[in-house]
Amino acid sequence: MALRTPLYEKHVAAGARMVEFGGFDMPLQYSTIRDEHIAVRTRCGLFDLSHMGEVRFSGDGALEAVQHLVTNDVARLEVGGALYSVMCNQQGGIVDDVVVYREPGGYMVVINAACRAKDVDWMRAHSGGASLDDLSHELALLAVQGPRAVKVVSEMTADDVTGVRPFHSVDTSVAGVHAAVSRTGYTGEDGFELYVDAADAPGLWDALLEAGSSEGMLPCGLGARDTLRLEAGLRLYGQDMDDDTDPYSCGLGWTVKLQKGEFIGSAALARIDPSIPPRRFVGIALQGRAIARHGQRVLAGGRDAGEVTSGTYSFTLDHSIATASIDSDIPTDADISIDIRGTTAAAEVVPLPFYRRPKGA
Amino acid sequence: MADLSNYRFTASHEWVRVEGATATVGITDHAQAQLGDVIFLELPEVGTTLKAGAKFGAIESVKAASDLYAPVRGTVAEVNGALTDHPEMVNADPYGDGWMLRLSDASDDGADLLDEAGYAKLVGA
Repeated sequence: MALRTPLYEKHVAAGARMVEFGGFDMPLQYSTIRDEHIAVRTRCGLFDLSHMGEVRFSGDGALEAVQHLVTNDVARLEVGGALYSVMCNQQGGIVDDVVVYREPGGYMVVINAACRAKDVDWMRAHSGGASLDDLSHELALLAVQGPRAVKVVSEMTADDVTGVRPFHSVDTSVAGVHAAVSRTGYTGEDGFELYVDAADAPGLWDALLEAGSSEGMLPCGLGARDTLRLEAGLRLYGQDMDDDTDPYSCGLGWTVKLQKGEFIGSAALARIDPSIPPRRFVGIALQGRAIARHGQRVLAGGRDAGEVTSGTYSFTLDHSIATASIDSDIPTDADISIDIRGTTAAAEVVPLPFYRRPKGA
Repeated sequence: MADLSNYRFTASHEWVRVEGATATVGITDHAQAQLGDVIFLELPEVGTTLKAGAKFGAIESVKAASDLYAPVRGTVAEVNGALTDHPEMVNADPYGDGWMLRLSDASDDGADLLDEAGYAKLVGA
């Protein structure tokens, strides 16, 4: 029996196609993935991300515990600041990718739904004496993303949020509901993620949809979330990385701050030369529309060179795109192709991200 | 709702409409709804001969890729070229503009087809 977010009834009432993801019954799409994708790129979209987990570290030892658990340097965060990181095991493999928020009384770490049980066990086992609370069922998370997202949300908040910088968050109220309003997202667009009490989520969902209707807002499901994040070059845990992938091998070496001192996995990671990681994570543009999917083989000069980690059709670029984990010695200008169900599809290595939102938009 | 009384269906969710020796082939509304946003179709060359039940191509949506099977035997006389640039027509109008093949010398000899009621029962509609 899959878990349900506080917005489950809203999704069913809206006629969403539901799918199990990370142990939750989640909306895959309300209308079409294409329409929802385009709404976020050109107007705005509303997402239920309440399946995501949140773990709060508080009291003495919170900083030390989080520093020990994640690869990035959270000591540099001021209250209200946030950063993206990975959490590694002793071998340097990625346990999960996370966002860490600095709060007045400690830190909140946002984790993937599918990893929640594993992560919480891991955190409890490796956090020394720090106090740790799993808030995943108490908090709901709604995201408003797209070029009109800031306008929609800022007209509903008690305090001005237009000046909140990327990867920063403020506590205020939205439509009368207490919320942590965070300038973050997983779509490549500007926008906010709103952390609220689970009980407040249904009312806020309705209020956001009503306020967004004049701005062309659509409710968006996990289908569009995946096509949007892949265009934006953002990783998905379980597909692009797992417990056996080190951060350098999936292009996340920038989250590793060895100079901050010892942390879980630091010794193993220190032995990797970042310029020659065990695997290289690359963006791949396909010429046609056939979709390269997770696990399909990448060929370079006719020989097997690795595998597709994620792939989809880019509604923005009108061709298929993928990310792949390839042998480190493959030159970036090599002739690449992908074996898509027995058919060889021509492709080329391209820089990530595939899509970057226009400046000033 | 389209009038489907002239359509016959396969358990693999294709439809066929036979008029004399010509057959038109597509996928059902149930199939397009299950697939979601159709992105790409791999269709055979004109002149290809197909047996009933033979794989004739593939369809890909954002979600999944599926093989396509000929409901009846015949020779590919025409493929719907409009689907190359607008595969979403399969979603919008699966029984009309979203057709995929026209077969000549078509025959349902040896084909295992369902009528509208039989297919509705199969998909639990």
